[in-house]
Amino acid sequence: MLEISDLSGGYGAVEVLRGVTLTARGGEVTCVMGRNGAGKTTMLRAIMGQVRASAGTIRLKGTELQSLPAHEVPRHGIGYVPQGRRLFSDLTVAENITIGLMTRNHGAATRDKVLDLFPRLRERLDQRAGTLSGGEQQMLAIARALCLEPAVLLLDEPTEGLQPSMIAAIRDTVMLLKTTGVATILVEQRVDAVLSMADQVAFLQNGILAETCAAAALTPASPQFQTYVGV
Amino acid sequence: MEFGPFLLLALMEGMVMSAVLALTAVGLSLVFGVMRVVNVAHGEFFMLGAVAAWFVTQAVPGHPALGFAAALLLAPLFVGAVAALADGLILKRLNYDPEATIVATIGLSYIFQQAALSFYGPDARPVLAPFDLRLQLPWFGYSGYKIAVVIAAALILIGIWLFMTRSRAGLVMRATQADRDTARAFGINVDRVFATVFALGAAMAAMGAVLIVPIQQAHYLMGHDPLLLSFIVVIIGGLGSLRGTLVAALLIGLSDGVISVFFSPTLAKILATLFVALVLVFRPQGLFGGQR
Ligand SMILES: Nc1ncnc2c1ncn2[C@@H]1O[C@H](COP(=O)(O)OP(=O)(O)OP(=O)(O)O)[C@@H](O)[C@H]1O
Ligand SMILES: [Mg+2]
Repeated sequence: MLEISDLSGGYGAVEVLRGVTLTARGGEVTCVMGRNGAGKTTMLRAIMGQVRASAGTIRLKGTELQSLPAHEVPRHGIGYVPQGRRLFSDLTVAENITIGLMTRNHGAATRDKVLDLFPRLRERLDQRAGTLSGGEQQMLAIARALCLEPAVLLLDEPTEGLQPSMIAAIRDTVMLLKTTGVATILVEQRVDAVLSMADQVAFLQNGILAETCAAAALTPASPQFQTYVGV
Repeated sequence: MEFGPFLLLALMEGMVMSAVLALTAVGLSLVFGVMRVVNVAHGEFFMLGAVAAWFVTQAVPGHPALGFAAALLLAPLFVGAVAALADGLILKRLNYDPEATIVATIGLSYIFQQAALSFYGPDARPVLAPFDLRLQLPWFGYSGYKIAVVIAAALILIGIWLFMTRSRAGLVMRATQADRDTARAFGINVDRVFATVFALGAAMAAMGAVLIVPIQQAHYLMGHDPLLLSFIVVIIGGLGSLRGTLVAALLIGLSDGVISVFFSPTLAKILATLFVALVLVFRPQGLFGGQR
């Protein structure tokens, strides 16, 4: 569904991504792994148009995204959960949700559907997002992205710093979205979490997509984890 | 006059000052909050508002109230349009880099001043108040127009507040203020938000100027004081905090009124500047600013 081919790009003169090719299919979870600084976040930001592609294409259902202004990319149905959540922290929970809904003109039906997934947010609609707990903030970041009814969902280390029960809740959400046909790209550093969710695993190394393999072919002892992630 | 009535008079003068200052400073604060741009040309937008008001009132015949009403509408629109143009032609090309935009807006302020000198001239010119009403209090008479200025400014500020907190456009501005990259990831056209905010900020300064020009006269160098005082107010209130800006405008306006009446306007400015220095040393986030 989302086809990245030969994508290069970075910040100013510095090329971070070099010739990345990756396809994320609907109803599948594509995990991206790699060491700190490998370019995982940069890749997601390039998809969102926040980092300019110097070469290569990003296609979603036939539309080329790489030349669009950043604010038009999400309108094609890409929901983004940035690393570190990046909530609008002075805004309330309800206002964060509203921004998500406005992106593609969704209304109360979508809002209800999303809040049904995260009942704890429904109880805190008037609370400022910045005052939520870490887990609640991550839920809100995901809820905000789901308000786009996305065809593609980009998640950048959503389990970072969360306790096991919260990680399980996020995994349940990802697995549920998978059944609805969403193409998910998930940046994740934990081997167990990756193996329990992924259909496909891509390993980034210094901005190069070193290897892509089916998750079924991997075990916790696979050498790729040692080589590319160092665990 | 006895002390009580004298103090009342000083406070009323201070309220007029506060009202216009609040309008001007909220505009500056909005621009800084959302765009992180320190707009040194803000005072010149104020001046342009006053000068535009003079031109509009000259062009509209009949009762002064007609011309004034037209000025209150057209001058902010004109100044807002100039600001939006400056945003697109200059600030946007600098990528809103905080330092580059300071230099650019300094340059802009000279351009506006010289433009006003060329097209409007070096003279101070009065604009007629829309009505001529004197309120007779037991101790002194007071200009009804000045009271109208306070009421009008309060109404405009309430309108701005409702716009920011209740409208979708206001929500989009606040989201952009919180995190512009993430705003883009949710379909917000940040360039358009910035152009709108810069225009709105300038238009607010222009509204303040139109309200004050029947009291103060329009002059091409009149932008200095509003710029200085707005900066003072925005720093005391906490950069980007609208509530803090309002409270600080009241504080500075009232104390300026009282000190000017009892002592001298110069002392008022000296004390305000000293106060800012103290705030910067002991509470750099401003009296009402949160931790950022
Ligand atoms: N805004 C920026 N300007 C310049 N260089 C940047 C910027 N953001 C990231 N980089 C550089 O790009 C490289 C890739 O960073 P990126 O954030 O994509 O890594 P990552 O794989 O997401 O790492 P992590 O696991 O720590 O999140 C790094 O060398 C980083 O220093
Ligand atoms: Mg990262």
